[in-house]
Amino acid sequence: MIEIAARQSQLEQAVSKLTGLTLTILIFAALVAIAFTLAERTGERVQRFLKYVIFLAPALLFLFIGLVAPAFRTLYLSFRDARGEESVGLENYHWAFTQPEILDVLRNTGVWMIVAPIASTGFGLLIAVLTDRMRRPGLVKSLIFMPMAISFVGAGIIWKFVYQFEPNERAPEIGLLSQIAEWLGFVPTNWLLVNPLNTFLLIVVFVWIQTGFAMVVLSAAIKAIPDEILEASMLDGASGWKRFSRVTVPMIRGTIIVVLSTITIGALKVFDIIRTMTGGNFKTSVIANEMYNQSFRALNYGTGSALAIILFLGVLPLVAYNVVNLRRERSER
Amino acid sequence: MARKLRKRDIEVVKTHLSSPWASFTAILIATFWTIPTVGLFVTSFRPSTGINSSGWWTVLTNPEFTFTNYTRVLFEGRGATPPLSQYFLNTFAIVIPSTIIPITIAIFAAYAIAWFDFKGRNFLFFTIFALQVIPLQMSLIPLLQLFSGGLHIGSFTVIPSFGITGTFIPIWLAHTMFGLPLAIFLLHNFIAQLPRELIEAARVDGADHFKLFRQIILPLSVPAIASFAIFQFLWTWNDLLVALTFGGGKREIAPLMVRLAEMTGTRGGDWELLTAGAFVSILVPVAVFFALQRYFVRGLLAGSVKG
Repeated sequence: MIEIAARQSQLEQAVSKLTGLTLTILIFAALVAIAFTLAERTGERVQRFLKYVIFLAPALLFLFIGLVAPAFRTLYLSFRDARGEESVGLENYHWAFTQPEILDVLRNTGVWMIVAPIASTGFGLLIAVLTDRMRRPGLVKSLIFMPMAISFVGAGIIWKFVYQFEPNERAPEIGLLSQIAEWLGFVPTNWLLVNPLNTFLLIVVFVWIQTGFAMVVLSAAIKAIPDEILEASMLDGASGWKRFSRVTVPMIRGTIIVVLSTITIGALKVFDIIRTMTGGNFKTSVIANEMYNQSFRALNYGTGSALAIILFLGVLPLVAYNVVNLRRERSER
Repeated sequence: MARKLRKRDIEVVKTHLSSPWASFTAILIATFWTIPTVGLFVTSFRPSTGINSSGWWTVLTNPEFTFTNYTRVLFEGRGATPPLSQYFLNTFAIVIPSTIIPITIAIFAAYAIAWFDFKGRNFLFFTIFALQVIPLQMSLIPLLQLFSGGLHIGSFTVIPSFGITGTFIPIWLAHTMFGLPLAIFLLHNFIAQLPRELIEAARVDGADHFKLFRQIILPLSVPAIASFAIFQFLWTWNDLLVALTFGGGKREIAPLMVRLAEMTGTRGGDWELLTAGAFVSILVPVAVFFALQRYFVRGLLAGSVKG
């Protein structure tokens, strides 16, 4: 009886959610349609002004409210206490750079920033080069690319199962890593508890996802190397390795840097993997995770904001580099 | 013709050079890459007793499969916790508006930045490009405060709170705001490359910007829109942070990812439910991804660094 009632209320909820969803989209579409119909009926002079209001203003408003203004407010909050009520000077930053737990967090983030991009780009480049010489690379590429569609949460579960450890010595291992360790004659352990190994095991998950990205972008860059250059190096009798290190890599240097910097930014902000796999325990936490904990668990907006600012400062050089790059590209065009 | 021949020659040389070792290594790596996912997939169809007493690779010698895990995780709630099908629905309710709204707003802005002549156009473009990479952590606290309390200067209310906390609206808005920079950047790159003659001819024919946009720009931009739509779809479907922060901890609106993250924390040992649940959450994005891989790759190559 209760079960039927529960089902019924679930069904009702589902219907009301779908109605809400449909209505929202209809209202949004209607707003756009009305704005356009009205705008098209106005004279040219009104339109000269109106076009900015309709085309540009909504985006600017959203960007300002959602990104620009909050960034300044976060900066402001980072100098204030937990509730944002009183100024505390640099205390939150002092806290971040002296607390042993937070120092661990910063160190872990550093490890992520260095290991994850290099490993992902390295694997990506390797696979790109290998598949470039394959006759039918489609399936191989798709398989390596597929994790990109999988969420960090889903990937976290997939790999947590790989790392699963059976404490009962008599019971068989169900985690692949533990089983492989056993086959090789090692004694498996609770992998995710072992520091600093656990941080690297989490990085594996990230690399597993990002390698596909690196591979696709690098593979396209390799394809774009003019045939003449490859041909010339072949005629010169350059060996496979020489051709790779003296021709391929220098030719795609720009792309490699873009890929590295993109993945570095991603690694800096990694959150979901940590959250799903260790919850930031066992000394695996990183800035993005700690920022969430401080802000929304400990409800300390001061320290949370300070961590967000530190994260931002980590990204800043990469942003600057990208902007300079884009400038150059645009002026060359 | 000569060019063609040479290209074929190169192909011949290339194939000649393609050592079987390269292919073999590539296939080996691809296999390793896929094994963890296969493990999840196989496990999700095994009875729970089997999962906990033997490795999933033993199905080769001892096959035993069931759908129970799926029916349990999808349709059986536990106490106050609804079954996964409800969260699945919530994910849809979040993803669809969070994809449609930013694309619409972004394509307007992309058109304006590409084809309107105004002061500060370049500055605006570079600002938006830079905003792409700013970590969204920078916005979480202020936005949450805004959504729950509105904006006040002294006792003067600039923006009221609207009482939207606990609905889907803050999540939609947050996804829209965070998705806009990449959307504008990608769409702008595309729209700016449309031939100038086309736009000018239409203007001479008396089409105003609104008509021009509706009749020419929009239809031509479909591939770019598709590209970004896939990004935003995957991003919002797979998102945990935004939903966790702006969902206010309410089960009624929490998406799949929030529930799955919660399940791994509290029920880390229930592999039969976790694997089935994870597979359900993976299925839709992977299907979309394979169906539209071409557009996705095009978007990636157009230079994207999401913030």
